[in-house]
Amino acid sequence: MSATALPLSLAANPSPAKWVRFDPDRTVHLSVGKVEIGQGILTALRQIAAEELDVALSAVRILSGDTDLAPDEASTTSSLSIEVGGTAVRLVTAEVRVRVLARLAQRLNCAPDDIAVIDGAFYRGGQPTGQDYWSVAPEVDLARAADGATAPKPVAAYRVVGQSAPRLDLPAKLAGAAFIQDMVRPDLLHARILRQPSRGARLAALDEAAIRRAAGGALRVLRHGNFVALLSENETVAQRAAMAAPGHASWENVRQLTPAQQAAAWLVGQPSDDRVIGDPLPPAAGPVVEATYTRPYIAHASIGPSCALAELRDGHLSVWSHTQGVYPLRNALARVLDRKAETISVHHVQGAGCYGHNGADDAALDAAVIATLVPDHCIRVQWRREDEFGFEPLGSAMSVTMRAVVDAAGRPADWTAEIWSGSHVQRPAMGGNLLAHEALPTPAPDPRPTDPTEAAGGGGTRNAIPHYAIPGKRILHHLVPGAPVRTSALRGLGAVANVFALESFMDELAARAGADPVAYRLGLLGNSPRAARVIARVAEMAGWNARGKGGDGRGLGIGFAQYKNRSAYAAVAAEVEVDQEVRLRRVWCAADAGLVVNPDGLRNQLEGGILQAASFTLKEQVTFNATGVGSIDWESYPILRFSEVPEEMTCELVDAPEERALGVGECTLGPTAAAIGNAVAHALGMRIRDMPFTRDRIAAVLLQG
Amino acid sequence: MSTDLTVNGRAARVTAEPTTPLLDVLRNELDLKGARYGCGLEQCGACMVLVDGEPVFSCAREVGTVAGHAVTTVEALDGHPLRQAFLDEQAGQCGYCLTGILMSAKALLDRAPRPGRDEIVAALDKHLCRCGTQYRIIRAVERAAARLADGAGR
Ligand code: FES
Ligand code: FES
Repeated sequence: MSATALPLSLAANPSPAKWVRFDPDRTVHLSVGKVEIGQGILTALRQIAAEELDVALSAVRILSGDTDLAPDEASTTSSLSIEVGGTAVRLVTAEVRVRVLARLAQRLNCAPDDIAVIDGAFYRGGQPTGQDYWSVAPEVDLARAADGATAPKPVAAYRVVGQSAPRLDLPAKLAGAAFIQDMVRPDLLHARILRQPSRGARLAALDEAAIRRAAGGALRVLRHGNFVALLSENETVAQRAAMAAPGHASWENVRQLTPAQQAAAWLVGQPSDDRVIGDPLPPAAGPVVEATYTRPYIAHASIGPSCALAELRDGHLSVWSHTQGVYPLRNALARVLDRKAETISVHHVQGAGCYGHNGADDAALDAAVIATLVPDHCIRVQWRREDEFGFEPLGSAMSVTMRAVVDAAGRPADWTAEIWSGSHVQRPAMGGNLLAHEALPTPAPDPRPTDPTEAAGGGGTRNAIPHYAIPGKRILHHLVPGAPVRTSALRGLGAVANVFALESFMDELAARAGADPVAYRLGLLGNSPRAARVIARVAEMAGWNARGKGGDGRGLGIGFAQYKNRSAYAAVAAEVEVDQEVRLRRVWCAADAGLVVNPDGLRNQLEGGILQAASFTLKEQVTFNATGVGSIDWESYPILRFSEVPEEMTCELVDAPEERALGVGECTLGPTAAAIGNAVAHALGMRIRDMPFTRDRIAAVLLQG
Repeated sequence: MSTDLTVNGRAARVTAEPTTPLLDVLRNELDLKGARYGCGLEQCGACMVLVDGEPVFSCAREVGTVAGHAVTTVEALDGHPLRQAFLDEQAGQCGYCLTGILMSAKALLDRAPRPGRDEIVAALDKHLCRCGTQYRIIRAVERAAARLADGAGR
């Protein structure tokens, strides 16, 4: 491998000493920039290091996401942790092994190949040498940059990678304190924020006396521009103050919303930044088939509302956050607070699952702002449930029109996906604002919504180009910068709506051609054996051949995608029962993620993606009221419950160990949405093209029929 | 003013005002972090504890109302087959919802040692899990029930 082909993480941090250290207690200390967000990445990275070094898994300790102590690997997003972060750890630990063994070989006057490593100890000719990593490494220069030229172990020699390993963080999470919310530090002050209702809103009046009365204890009210913090040593007091505060504040210049704006259809025709991606227009001539699909705004809806701690001591600002990227957050904080980045440390501490860009970074700025105004205290900001629903960035609504020109055999000869959507990434590093910045005395300029490039997998365009062999394919992308609410990355980005649309449309085309949906797909995948394999496999698992004619309230449907058209392949089949509502009975999934590090961990992520997508598809929809998000609790924003989980769910990993390892956190979402959509169409003989499939939607479709 | 109660089998005297949510008392006064804040609205189950063996949303229960009663939190489940079963099934992604769920599962197994899938689902239906781990969680409770039944049979 040439130096230019180093994975991003390693190119930015080429010194192995930044990643690996041998500690006196015979452990290996691994430092990484990717962070745990419930996906099990830290366990997988430890497996990779244990494999390359030939040490016990339990001997590898890991530290992640820390601007003082860990390498800068940017953000933990886009299912890239295993592809990029995992490759970096593999190359670094392989390099460390080679350097240490070279040193020992020199000492023993033998060839490095003569030395075997067992549990971190070195053997020669089957005899112990009395040496190990811990005795030899101190003589080795681990700071010298790695060039990635060292070949890691061949896959055939793996004994740790490829075996299921239990999640190392799970025992603590089952036992008690395990999350950022559980952190306690000296001089702790509990904080809640009275949020500015919208960008540009001005606080006209605040009845502090009334808030204090409601708080029922010692309370400090901190006003800084339109940013208001409620502080108390007693968390209950701060929480009561926060519950009462909105009722005792009056704001001017508040943005007004209408319920019509909550629908994806509202985006269509709004002023937009337009692009054509793929084959140029015009499309080929011939009969045109067209259909439009939508999904609404969706919340990340983490089960644990965002939390952050910050303290300013001796001019240094320390921040603890469940951010997806400690370095990008540090840069953003430095900009907003007008401080040098070197005077800020950001430490990652685990929070509840985030599924993308939620309130985590905003809470960190809240805490940091307060800490700079109230030094020598540890400020603990805990968002309320209502804050998280009301103010986190949302996954954008999308309207997707699929238009195909079909040939004489009923196959698509030309395909256009026309997409209307808000931005899918407005992290601070991508032109977005941290929330409190808009309320400070010098507020942030208006954000400039952009979208990830196609090279980065696209945002609203993600997975809109069909994987199938079609002579002409293109996207007409309308990015609507004036979306009524702040939008940003939600698991899968545009892929959820695009795959739902694309794969629903494939079934519609198949039906028009009088073809079986699976056979129709396979007929267009002659050049993609890995795609064909997962589809064929899931069809077998689901007993596709016994699939009835449908229309009797029971349905079986399929959905497929290769995530980002370059990552993991996933095919999902869903069986549903529909009367007044949709009941998901059974789900099957076949996925090809290349080399698998931790099979059970991967299956866990596939399952989680499927159930979350089922929740999106069947239930979820953010609603607006006059001044903002109206769905601010679990009653107004219902998600999938235990009683709605399918009785049977089987996920299978198709074996492809010689292929590059691919992340799977997001690959099942689109296919699941599509499989449910197609199953419902099969059950009803009529199609619902708008997520979510609520009772009302089903009733409306049945009425039409 | 103080409130006397029993927490995980031990007498506890807490000084928080009687109207303080039990959740805040457990977390901040007794340093038992297993019950978690999720909504404060009795809608998610992250804060679930047992009061006299019955699952209770601690976020909405004033500590004064449990004076003289026995509160059980997940910290008391050390060595309980449920915890091992969750590990065996790797029933967790982010893990935030799990401690509350364990409490409802314990209450169920205490009253119905061999619950069917439907009973498990019904007992856990007040709990939300955003990561989509429900399928594994149900399996873990089934596994713990089987282990308890085996133990009892011996
Ligand atoms: S925190 Fe008590 S039910 Fe959600
Ligand atoms: S495991 Fe994350 S909410 Fe349940």
